[in-house]
Amino acid sequence: MSIIQTPNGYTLDSSGTRHVVDPVTRIEGHMRAEVNINSDNIITNAVSSGTIWRGLEVILKGRDPRDAWAFVQRICGVCTGTHALTSVRSVEDALGINIPENANSIRNIMQLSLQIHDHLVHFYHLHALDWVNPVNALKADPKATSALQQQVSPHHPKSSPGYFRDVQNRLKKFIASGQLGPFKNGYWTNPAYLLPPEADLMAVTHYLEALDFQKEIMKTRTIFGGKDTHPNWTVGGVPCPINMDDTGAVGALNMASLNQVHQIIKDTKTFVDNVYIPDILAIGQFYKGWLYGGGISGSNVLAYGDIPDRANDYSAGNLMMPQGAIINGKLSEVHPINLRDPNEIQEFVPHSWYKYPNGVKGLHPWEGITDPNFDVSSAKGTKHNIEELDEAAKYSWIKAPRWKGHAMEVGPLARYIVGYAQGHEYFTEQINYTLKTLDVPLEALFSTLGRTAARALEAQWAADQQLYFFEKLMKNIKNGDSTTHGGEMWDPNDWPAEAKGVGFSEAPRGALGHWIKIKDQKIENYQCVVPTTWNGSPRDEAGNIGAFEASMMNTKVEVPEEPVEILRNIHSFDPCLACSTHVMSEEGKELVKVTTGPIGS
Amino acid sequence: MTETFYDVMRRQGITRRSFLKFCSLTAAAMGLSPAYAAKIADAMENKPRIPVLWLHGLECTCCSESFIRSAHPLAKDVILSMISLDYDDTIMAAAGHQAEAIIEETIEKYDGNFILACEGNPGLEQENTGGMSCIIAGKPYTEQLRYAAKHAKAIISWGSCASWGCVQAASPNPTGATPIHKVPDLGNAPIIKVPGCPPIAEVMTAVITYMLTFERLPSLDRQGRPKMFYSQRIHDKCYRRGHFDAGQFVEKWDDEGARKGYCLYKMGCKGPTTYNACSTIRWNGGLSFPIQAGHPCIGCSEDGFWDKGGFYNRLSGINQFGVEENADKVGIGAATVVGGAIAAHAAISALKRSQNKGDQA
Repeated sequence: MSIIQTPNGYTLDSSGTRHVVDPVTRIEGHMRAEVNINSDNIITNAVSSGTIWRGLEVILKGRDPRDAWAFVQRICGVCTGTHALTSVRSVEDALGINIPENANSIRNIMQLSLQIHDHLVHFYHLHALDWVNPVNALKADPKATSALQQQVSPHHPKSSPGYFRDVQNRLKKFIASGQLGPFKNGYWTNPAYLLPPEADLMAVTHYLEALDFQKEIMKTRTIFGGKDTHPNWTVGGVPCPINMDDTGAVGALNMASLNQVHQIIKDTKTFVDNVYIPDILAIGQFYKGWLYGGGISGSNVLAYGDIPDRANDYSAGNLMMPQGAIINGKLSEVHPINLRDPNEIQEFVPHSWYKYPNGVKGLHPWEGITDPNFDVSSAKGTKHNIEELDEAAKYSWIKAPRWKGHAMEVGPLARYIVGYAQGHEYFTEQINYTLKTLDVPLEALFSTLGRTAARALEAQWAADQQLYFFEKLMKNIKNGDSTTHGGEMWDPNDWPAEAKGVGFSEAPRGALGHWIKIKDQKIENYQCVVPTTWNGSPRDEAGNIGAFEASMMNTKVEVPEEPVEILRNIHSFDPCLACSTHVMSEEGKELVKVTTGPIGS
Repeated sequence: MTETFYDVMRRQGITRRSFLKFCSLTAAAMGLSPAYAAKIADAMENKPRIPVLWLHGLECTCCSESFIRSAHPLAKDVILSMISLDYDDTIMAAAGHQAEAIIEETIEKYDGNFILACEGNPGLEQENTGGMSCIIAGKPYTEQLRYAAKHAKAIISWGSCASWGCVQAASPNPTGATPIHKVPDLGNAPIIKVPGCPPIAEVMTAVITYMLTFERLPSLDRQGRPKMFYSQRIHDKCYRRGHFDAGQFVEKWDDEGARKGYCLYKMGCKGPTTYNACSTIRWNGGLSFPIQAGHPCIGCSEDGFWDKGGFYNRLSGINQFGVEENADKVGIGAATVVGGAIAAHAAISALKRSQNKGDQA
């Protein structure tokens, strides 16, 4: 009874002890994980549940499509801007609006800066404490730490023994105070932490350095978008005009502000090259024997692609981030994808707190329906105090999207696998270098460690592409084109009575799509299928488990009461729960009424 | 030993001599006799950092993201040296029951002496109908919120979600998202609203450091916002105001007016009705703000800004030269002072006690 074989190849055995992690911290939003652990401390059954629902797309119904970017931007403040970008693309797609080349370059710089910022902050401030033990750093010899720093990153200027001694003293004082702040109740005696004290001290030092530096990365977005978080965007181009040499240049993008953009881009590249990449390789060296957490990355991955080289061409060949799907681990065959095809991307809800009309199974986002149906009647506990979820019933606010029926992993690792399979030159070189440096085979890529490494490699790639688009922007201005907004179709009176479109991007955590239907100048339907919906999805009709659940499966847990390994696997996806859990009904009004099933007490 | 205010100041290169001078000036500023300088010094040297519980409800984490972008002070120094950020599910190492235990511990140890920082808000509609739209440790977020609020010294409502409801509360508000001050049964702790989507980083850190430095809440307007940052409209201090007065407007995206930096009023700018510090403090270390980057203000620090017509629709009722009169009506409550500043730092207790003793003598 308690053993289930899933179509995507997992044996789920719920006979062992059940452990609950709620809240899963160091993520965006709220989620819960439950696992069964056998007598050998191996996870044999894994359940992930999205525990937040905001109903944002319901709110969009009937609004001006030109305003939509601001609403959906507030889906998430961590991947801030990527929803806004995807939204303006969906409207431009629906109305056939072209944007100027300069707008494309500026948007790309903004999107790439987000990738870098998000990856860096994710690694140091959300993920590092799964690998790095700040308490152990107290035992480090500052001299040896300095030597380690100079060995792994000879060009990083902050590497003297005195520097590390100062950081260590600050840390000592902090810990001795007994007020441990964010480090309180951590799992600092857990044997899962494998770094020597010097590597711990180096990494904790960079935790602080990265916290100081990250705010610089986003300043390009403040210059182009006026503020960050949540910079401003606009349908049809970018809001910031360019004025290089005429009256009023100080009120627009000018030589001084573009110089600042250039400097930020260069400093960002230096930091990624000198700190982030060397840290990943150094930490990877100590954890390369811990290759759990691959989940479905070795079989099914999906990437929509992003960063159009030329403006307005969203075909795979013009996208600098790869597009395609890989099924059953067959790297020799990358499948083309079509976001408009009703049979490719579909969402299912048998285990989600929503219901579909009778007979409806999967729905393409353009036809999506969301009717909330919170029901924990078969869970252990009460309706307002869940002790254990019942994964055979509904158990998550996340829907289950599937590509041609397959559960897919999205994100930096998925993009790198698709890129590698397609022979993406830059990605392939990075992957080969990393594997060689760590002395591990290609299979090592399909792991939690691989996911974490891919994110760092992508930050490095993005740092270079920022420079490419900056140069492209300057060249275009030099050639006499200062246009940043074409003004095409801005007036709703020029729009057709009905239109529909799709916008897509690669958010830091994976493939993101927005589907819009416009009727009589208003939004008729708006649907987002976001990365964490793919990765964090509950089971589907056929019983396929999603990427989060698969990543936890078969992982060894050193101390079952201390969920370090569970956090490590889940965090490697950089979950964003606020993103994943809001979808819109065709009949928005129904959403106000919430139907609940019979609740046992 | 606990790193105290004094330690922080010393570490940042301030000499003991300067520190004592600072204490004398503080005593003078507070109208106390010079004898109290020593007591202030003692409090700042020996008191522990004030614990902060930072809870997340229905939100997008943009407030936290903004907070870490603070240039002065750095977020690092706030977190490590000024406050004790004991619970913040976005960055804390612990998870699950080890995380939840911290709330209990903090209340036990610091009952009535910690700050509750709220990012986001609860969705009460779901709970009223037997569901949950924000679940923490298997329970509704509202339970965690109420429990912590009843024991807090003061509550900071970060951002427009906690202050007004923000995007999830926009019509038709499917989850019944409710701003913190309207949540029933929350106790009596004073609430400071720091609205904006998100608030400016340096405004967030300034609100905290103000409370730590002056050991009281900032002066609030009638709506509960710190007067120092929210008592003037963006339009009042906008560097493009001259173009408004001169009748020079951007008429469409990227036109000549846009390239010359003219006023964005006709593009839908909500600066004339928005109370915030964007045009003065600006964003990300004073670098820019939306109008400077060519986009009209969308009014993100105002109550219900999502439902006040489109972002690109021109405000009606704003007369070019009579702007004061009309906009004053809009913000009529803002000038009213809310009295009764309360002590917000643990150190104040010591100060107050010594002050009372002094009075009795």
